[in-house]
Amino acid sequence: MAKLNLNRVEMPRQDPGARGKNFNEVALGYSLEQAREEAGRCIQCKKLNCVAGCPVEVDIPGFIQAIRDGDMPEAVRILKSKNALPGICGRVCPQESQCEATCSLAKKDAPIAIGRLERFVADWERANMTQAASSPPARPEPSGKKVAVVGSGPAGLTAAADLARLGYGVTIFEALHVAGGVLMYGIPEFRLPKDIVQAEVEFVASLGARIELDSVVGKLATLDEILANGYDAVFLGTGAGLPMFLNIDGENLNGIYSANEFLTRVNLMKAYKFPEYDTPVKIGKKVAVVGGGNVAMDSARCALRLGADDVYIIYRRSEVELPARREEVENAQEEGIQFKLLTNPKQFLGNDQNWVIGAECYEMELGEPDDSGRRRPVVKKGSEFVIDVDEVIVALGTRPNPLIASTTVGLETTKYGTVVADEETGKTVKDRVWAGGDIVTGSATVISAMGAGKRAAASIDEYLRG
Amino acid sequence: MYKILVREELVPGIHLFKMEAPAVAAKAQAGQFVVVRIDEKGERIPLTIADWDKDEGTVTIVFMEVGATTARLALLKQGDAIADFVGPLGVPAEIENYGTVVCVAGGVGAAPVAPVARALKNAGNKIITILGARSKDLLFWEDVLGSTSDQMIVTTDDGSYGRKGVVTGPLKELLESGEKIDRVVAIGPVVMMKFCSLTTAPSGVRTIVSLNPIMVDGTGMCGCCRVSIGGETKFACVDGPDFDGHKVDWELLAARQRIYIDEEKCAYEEWRKSHAA
Repeated sequence: MAKLNLNRVEMPRQDPGARGKNFNEVALGYSLEQAREEAGRCIQCKKLNCVAGCPVEVDIPGFIQAIRDGDMPEAVRILKSKNALPGICGRVCPQESQCEATCSLAKKDAPIAIGRLERFVADWERANMTQAASSPPARPEPSGKKVAVVGSGPAGLTAAADLARLGYGVTIFEALHVAGGVLMYGIPEFRLPKDIVQAEVEFVASLGARIELDSVVGKLATLDEILANGYDAVFLGTGAGLPMFLNIDGENLNGIYSANEFLTRVNLMKAYKFPEYDTPVKIGKKVAVVGGGNVAMDSARCALRLGADDVYIIYRRSEVELPARREEVENAQEEGIQFKLLTNPKQFLGNDQNWVIGAECYEMELGEPDDSGRRRPVVKKGSEFVIDVDEVIVALGTRPNPLIASTTVGLETTKYGTVVADEETGKTVKDRVWAGGDIVTGSATVISAMGAGKRAAASIDEYLRG
Repeated sequence: MYKILVREELVPGIHLFKMEAPAVAAKAQAGQFVVVRIDEKGERIPLTIADWDKDEGTVTIVFMEVGATTARLALLKQGDAIADFVGPLGVPAEIENYGTVVCVAGGVGAAPVAPVARALKNAGNKIITILGARSKDLLFWEDVLGSTSDQMIVTTDDGSYGRKGVVTGPLKELLESGEKIDRVVAIGPVVMMKFCSLTTAPSGVRTIVSLNPIMVDGTGMCGCCRVSIGGETKFACVDGPDFDGHKVDWELLAARQRIYIDEEKCAYEEWRKSHAA
């Protein structure tokens, strides 16, 4: 047996000093040589643990072998047969807790860099394959049945792609003016370039899915009207778009944003190019971001790139509990984001013009584990102190928008506003309606939403075949 | 793309567009709004629906030129199209037979008041309309509002037409006239809606205002439009835009409307320069 190669090939990244001032992608991707070297480390074990770790069951050893063989078109074919959005997944999936966690080489602390290879394959396709060569295989005979997909984020795009490939007439209804959902409005350009999202959206459209923009289901047609107007089934993938606030004094001061608003202005509306683009965004000198997830890291790193002098992450637990991906925390630290851990805002202070000037915070300590299994943060009495800030971004998470549930007869929702659906199939209690992604789970990851979209598409297909 | 079928400058600086938007027209109700984006680089702005025609598939908006976006919009011609026209958004106005309703329209507010007054009239209410403008040359839709009103009072700040003064004068007189007023609807600039609410507060007559904070998506996603109603934070886009005027925190609304005042000035200046050149 050949000796195991435990040297993961590093992926080049922009220098932290330079990248803190631009919106270009931080990670630069492998060269063909680097990709082939990394692919060469795969031992092609028969256990397929990596595939089991992938929510959309990509044939990982298969596409890696194709890279190793230098057959890139074959790598593209294998990857895209299961995953319509590889350029996106290669960038934002938490591979370290999925396919790479179950890789046989993970035991030796050197799992194959599956995410980087996936990204490489997708980027290679965009750079090297003509439209004709990369166009999907001939469409199957149309089934004559129609499925409506509500929401064009990762769950909706995945469900739409699979259903279109199965021959269904698919229409995606998107409320915003571009397709992609959180991939467009939430995740910043430097982590997920928007032309890559749009290229993958176009791929889904090329499979036969029709995309209706500016279509707010529940305000235009309701779900029941869609079902009555010729659609045989509906997949709901509207995500979790409703921002949560702290509900403390001073939260409506000028200069306090939800992360959704801040990121939507910057990413979707391109406020980082104001006044070339019309939408403005305020950037303070001292910006506090409240929360410790990926969205908090994204917000902090955007604020830094837009010219803030000091950017703080205010998080009530300690570093080990930060819910963000390790890689994103490290990126933020390298760029100079300052972490104020075990800290929680008590109230925001404003001036006579209603502008925020400070965040009064408590020091926290960790007590017994709570329902989430993490140690509960407890206020240290009398520990209040003020951090001077002139902008605050609240990144506490999101809940599903109630618009569809409130305008639909017979959908069951939880007290968190999520739609109740079968975990395996995505079937809701309402006839002919499936749901998946953040609308069911509350805010989670891109790939878990894609997995849900995929499972729901399979279940819809089974139902429609009768 | 959404085509401009008819455009008209109602009075200097206030424009009417009749848009081709059959899906929105099919669902529109009084009190709702649309979000408009001119093109790829445009911002999303909310505009209250002024009229619609389901059969024709059209929706009418009326806007005042106040900044770069509305100035750019005003330059568009009949037959031109805009990138996005999203709606109908927001909760429709409450329409019932209340008895006698006073509809107060200030300035460009005449447009959004019109469909509400019409729906209230059709529901059987007696409608008294107070239409106010700064001066005669800024007054529009006296005829439109008049057609759904049992009584019409017009005011101008400078006295160039109708009664001299602001809308709260006749509103106060009506409340004190002994006639039973069951409801007041006031739509216009923040300061006008605030003073209408203050005027009706002593009598406790329910007063509905239509709030117009800054919005981005208009569907509850960003929270930019948060307003404080009776001490509780609400999103004007999905919880409103109509609220109980007696419960609105007007200072907060006015302050939050000024968030981007510097950027708005900068963008308007840039636009004027590039337009002059």
